[in-house]
Amino acid sequence: MKSFAELLDRLVLTPSRNGKLKLMSDYFVATPDPDRGYALAALTGDLSIAAVKPAMLRMLVTERMDPVLFGYSYDYVGDLAETVSLVWPDPPPEKKPNHAPTLGEVVAALQSASRSDGPAVLAKLLDSAGISARYAIIKLVTGGLRIGVSARLAKQALADLGKIEVSAIEEVWHGLEPPYATLFAWLEGKAPPPQSTARALFRSVMLSHPVEDNDLEKLDPADYAAEWKWDGIRVQVVAEGGVRKLYSRTGDEISGAFPDLVEAMAFDGALDGELLVGHPPQHTGTFSDLQQRLNRKSVSPKMRERFPVFVRCYDLLQDGAEDLRALPLLVRRARLESFVGGLDPSRFDVSPIVAFAAWAELDDRRRHPPHPVIEGVMLKRKDSPYLAGRPKGPWFKWKRDPHTVDAVLMYAQRGHGKRSSFYSDYTFGVWAGPEGAEELVPVGKAYFGFTDEELRQIDKYVRDNTVERFGPVRSVRADKRSGLVLEIAFEGLNRSTRHRSGVAMRFPRISRLRWDKPAAEADRIETLQALLDEPGPASAGGQGETETLIS
Amino acid sequence: MRLGYRGQFSFFRQKCRSGSEVARAEKSKLSPAPTPVPAANAPAESAVCDTRLCLRVQNLIFGLMRARDLLHPRPEGLYCPPGDFFIDPVRPVGRALITHGHSDHARAGHGAVLATKETLDIMGLRYGDGFAGSTQAAKLGEKIAINGVSVTFHPAGHVLGSAQIAVAHNGTCIVASGDYKRQADATCAPFEPVACDVFITEATFGLPVFRHPPDSDEIARLLKSVRQFPESAHLVGAYALGKAQRVMRLLREAGFDQPIHIHGALAKLSAYYQSRGIDLGELQPATLEDNTKADFAGAIVIGPPSAFADRWARRFPEPIACFASGWMRIRQRAKQRGVELPLIISDHADWDELTRTIRETGAREVWVTHGREEALVRWCELSGIAARPLHLVGYEDEGD
Repeated sequence: MKSFAELLDRLVLTPSRNGKLKLMSDYFVATPDPDRGYALAALTGDLSIAAVKPAMLRMLVTERMDPVLFGYSYDYVGDLAETVSLVWPDPPPEKKPNHAPTLGEVVAALQSASRSDGPAVLAKLLDSAGISARYAIIKLVTGGLRIGVSARLAKQALADLGKIEVSAIEEVWHGLEPPYATLFAWLEGKAPPPQSTARALFRSVMLSHPVEDNDLEKLDPADYAAEWKWDGIRVQVVAEGGVRKLYSRTGDEISGAFPDLVEAMAFDGALDGELLVGHPPQHTGTFSDLQQRLNRKSVSPKMRERFPVFVRCYDLLQDGAEDLRALPLLVRRARLESFVGGLDPSRFDVSPIVAFAAWAELDDRRRHPPHPVIEGVMLKRKDSPYLAGRPKGPWFKWKRDPHTVDAVLMYAQRGHGKRSSFYSDYTFGVWAGPEGAEELVPVGKAYFGFTDEELRQIDKYVRDNTVERFGPVRSVRADKRSGLVLEIAFEGLNRSTRHRSGVAMRFPRISRLRWDKPAAEADRIETLQALLDEPGPASAGGQGETETLIS
Repeated sequence: MRLGYRGQFSFFRQKCRSGSEVARAEKSKLSPAPTPVPAANAPAESAVCDTRLCLRVQNLIFGLMRARDLLHPRPEGLYCPPGDFFIDPVRPVGRALITHGHSDHARAGHGAVLATKETLDIMGLRYGDGFAGSTQAAKLGEKIAINGVSVTFHPAGHVLGSAQIAVAHNGTCIVASGDYKRQADATCAPFEPVACDVFITEATFGLPVFRHPPDSDEIARLLKSVRQFPESAHLVGAYALGKAQRVMRLLREAGFDQPIHIHGALAKLSAYYQSRGIDLGELQPATLEDNTKADFAGAIVIGPPSAFADRWARRFPEPIACFASGWMRIRQRAKQRGVELPLIISDHADWDELTRTIRETGAREVWVTHGREEALVRWCELSGIAARPLHLVGYEDEGD
């Protein structure tokens, strides 16, 4: 338990991706079964333990210590799990178990506890553990480790351990159960890949590279088919023998949030497509509309009616018992059209092919897409098989140019890791208010898009123009006469009730430093508001808004 | 005020003796003088002045008042009227007794300073030779009379030279602990509990959430990370006096025999520790003159915490920010500071040490200063010990 607790503590404070991977793979090497398997399940969110409510936890601890002292402690720390782990009194030596439980034993004890004896089992575990192990136990029973590790990253650590591609892990993943002994045996070269009898498994998704300068000169337009790149979320829709699953492109199962779509999955096969909101083919909703349906545990009938989801299909990977992935794209495409023709047209349609003869023609269509929910075009070699991962050459994405706005730097925050001595996270704002009384309202935050040299320049600017400090944050001089103008590129705007400016940017980054531009000439909020109001089929709802995306 | 104090007169017998003396006395069941004897300088008024005698008796009964007359806070710091001196004053005063060399306790510009030799040396290193009009070195355990008030320095275990100051007058003894800890520390003399009537305790970590783990465990985590990330430099933030040298010593005890790279701000004090016989091994300045960036891969670099947010830190490859402090017990604190590897190593007593120490001093009353007073006052109340916060201004937590 101690090593798992230590792993959690390190992961939560380690900003670098490589650092996290190293911490996890080292842990998997050093820890025996079944502990490492349960740790993996905890990290990927696949460990099911009956939850203990915060009120119960509080009751357990105040039975053991003065409630006033507990109150002072909780007020100071601010996090219940952490407070309880720290103040939990050690039992008298004669009552203290002489054995600190392993993670496997903790999981077994918690999983076998009934509803009524759950609190007593938990208290006994806390009695037997040290401070950091107590914290880990409480995190397990209160649900949600929130340590900045995605299931995908944990799988990448497994891939590093076995020196294989992460896609190979994703393909077997959904047939496996904690504590994953067969998986670890395979990764350590002691056993063949785990065979699964589970149905409707995930297949690794094929990804594309962005079109870079000069890429296209070397390519023959006749070898490629183009289709629109829709601005929804990439999904894989798999149905097999009555089992129906909807996966995100990283293999996370998201079926639960989309019962309306799952109902319509009356087929045997695997489709690759884009999850969108609307009534195909006439009406496709915006990404803001789609957000109403993301990250929800349950969906009200009203939401289902107002924001119905459908899949715009790109590819067919499996048709009944037949795996199509080795076939050329155009052959798969023909099979896709006939396959989708047999499905509910309000839930499935096919993304149309974009005809073009020369790159310049496609370039023009990319810049002026016929629909606001299109963010560019995809180029796919007509003879390409469906390959896992991101092979260079067969598929390209060619995005519409981003929107840009000139904003003024308002606050800067120190970065982490390599950047801990640099002010590298920037909050920027645009002008708002009546003429003569304009003030800056923050519209977003960006921490990349600049070169190392530019970072050094901005860092110096921040240090030389600080007006106030709040911990790691500095407020920077920003008024009509002086201020640093940043050209911000972004993919889109959502309405926001959370930000004072009323807008939230998607994927903002710094595209240019405008040392030459006076702060007074930066953009006004109306410029952004006009973008929000651009004609789209449906306006964003604004209620119950979520700003995190499934990606 | 509780008349119950009358019943504790016998307590006066034991006051102002160090823990070992108390233990010896208990073993041999020695029983010193049964009643408190009025101090020598008490006016021999007897029946001459009834009212003054009454006051005197009252004072004996209501020891609390007496204690407040012996030491009480003033804007300059803790003041002793009969002795006319201050303890750890934050402004220049005529006569100052200094518990230890941290800059919030030891300031320059006093008329006369009484402190341990090490504390005086450290003040000299920090402020230059003329930091006070005159200085006097206090030997641990030795009674010194100042205007009839008896003053004794006892080790506090906080940093090199740190001391508690026991102030005794007219049968009342108060111990001002300064800052202290109970965990073993090879760089300074261990804390010694001193029996007293009133114990003035710090409360930097005066909340039940602060429970410091063994320092060797924390150093083991650091060394594990150094092995795990050999391409990185581990930057350990540690305050220049005490903590930095303790971390160095702990690294040596754990078997780390590479040179330790240090920030310039640590050089003088670390050399002083070495000159006092504390072996810190090979220390090298963390400068780029002779080194390239890559030379710091796998290195441990110790510097003042503020340096790592500064441009100075950019010379190190793939830096991993560590911070040796009791505050690192709270994850959010570590997160806010951008610390990747928090090392919970403190030179202050944690909650368990504070409460244990209060019991060991046998004090009937506890005054709580700089820190989270309310929780410790509450604990004292629950334990039947009179307690109140003592509002002293100007102390920060430099030592941690």
